This record gives sequence, C-alpha cells and structure tokens, in this order.
Amino acid sequence: MKFKLLMIILLLNFSLVNGEEKKVDQNTIHKNLRCLVCQGQSIADSNSDFAQTIKLVVKDLIKDGKTESEIYAFMADKYGDWIVFKPQVNKQNFILWFLPYLALVLGGVIIFFLFKRRRN
Amino acid sequence: MKISKSFKIYIHIILVFLVSQSLNSTEDFSKNIVIHEKPLIIKELKFKDFNLQDVDLTNKKGNIMIINFWASWCLPCRQEHVLLTQLSKEKNLKLLGVNFKDKKKQAEMFLNELGNPYDFLTKDELGKSSVKFGVYGIPESILVNKDLMILKKFVGPLSTEDYDSIVEIIN
Repeated sequence: MKFKLLMIILLLNFSLVNGEEKKVDQNTIHKNLRCLVCQGQSIADSNSDFAQTIKLVVKDLIKDGKTESEIYAFMADKYGDWIVFKPQVNKQNFILWFLPYLALVLGGVIIFFLFKRRRN
Repeated sequence: MKISKSFKIYIHIILVFLVSQSLNSTEDFSKNIVIHEKPLIIKELKFKDFNLQDVDLTNKKGNIMIINFWASWCLPCRQEHVLLTQLSKEKNLKLLGVNFKDKKKQAEMFLNELGNPYDFLTKDELGKSSVKFGVYGIPESILVNKDLMILKKFVGPLSTEDYDSIVEIIN
C-alpha cells in the first residue's frame, strides 16, 4: 500500500515538473527582449508603441504553441540578435561567448608560469 | 623606464587589431538604410484590406515592390508622400501601402488630401503584421525584388537620396 502511494506521488510529481517545463512564461520573454526604440529598456519595462506590438506578437506566438527559444529565434530573425538580451550561441558570436573563459584559462596559465619562473 | 618585451608585443597586437578594425569598417553614411548581411526573403504578403478582410498579395510578386508602412497620424509620412507619389509613376515598380495602427476614416482622409500612390492598399490594425517585416516604427519602406527578396530597408521617411537609389535599382 505504502509503495503504491509512493508511486502515485512520484508520478504526480513527475507530471507536475514536466508541466512546469513546458509552460512558457510571457514575462520572462518580455524581460529578455530589448526594446529597440528605447534606451536600455526591455520590452517588459517599456510602454512604447514598439514594445506594445511585440508583447501582442509574443502572446500570439505562445498561443500558437511556440517554445521560448523558438520565440527568441523568430524575433532575432526579424530584428537581428540585438533584440535578445541573452543571444543564443551561433557561428557569429561564439567567440564572444567563449573568449572570457579562454582569457581566464590563459591568464591562469600565464600566472602559473610566472610563479614557476620566480620560484626558479 | 624599461618596457618589457612581452608588453611591447602586447601593444603591437592591440595596434594591429585597431588598424584592421578601422580598415574593415564598412560604415554606411546613409544611416536610415539597413542592408541585411544575408539575403532575407519574405515568404508571404498576407494582410487585411480596409474592410478588415484577409488579402494575400503573395501572388503579386514578379514586380519590384516597395512595401511602405504609413499612418495618417504620422507627420514624417506626409513628408515622404511626395516622393512616393513620384515613385508611383515608375513603370517597373509597384507600391504596397500598409496602413499602420490607424483609423479607416482618417487614413482615407489622408489619401484623399494627398493622393493615393499605392497599387495595393492594406491595413495592419494592431501592428502585428509589421513585426513579420522587422518594422521598428513608421514610416518605413522595404524594397523587394521580383522574388520578394529584401533589397533595402529604409527606416524613417524616404529622402531624395533614397528616391534616387530606388530609381537607379529599378531602371
């Protein structure tokens, strides 16, 4: 009996977690989209005409069953990567994404060799 | 002051980088023209007409076309209207007007007053269709070729320089 109950709870929990994953949060998308006609504001922060229109389109895309990344891809396709605050990694921008890590590693290597030389 | 060899190399690398950046920069002095790095093709031209009935103008491709987003409440649209009227006289060019977030009565008054240069007239009541074309605001004009590939995008009112470049392309 206890085992069955545990299984039901686990199954319910699993479906709830899955449900959460599938849910697309409109506000998160608004926050990650840049208002292109404003100064440093996101679509969520802005009341401009542009932001209002983008909000309507995002709502429609969610209604059409598009995922968060599909919506970002749609917007980037129409307005360029600049519209997304956190652009997805692609051929054009992968250096920007990985350069800081590369610099960190290289810096570490340089420091290591400097210390090694001083010790010697 | 003694400068280390590695620091000199570092300075040289920075200088080479800066010089190459300035040599490769392709700054366009016509700030209102957007040229896409990879050619963008418009898949469909679906709008609503002034009576809010669906219209599909995709089959009208085969002509070089200007898709112009305008509204009666937009002052720069009045400014560029003269140039659009002149462009409407060009035989190799079709003009598609998209009335953006406007009231039907006022849009009609605008066209009655200044003339209707458009071959096709459509309406984007909520502005949602314009997002498909990457429109920021109005006025904005998109020059497309016979295959609906975007040749140029003019953000803001058309200038006489823009007019000349359009005429050059279509002839």
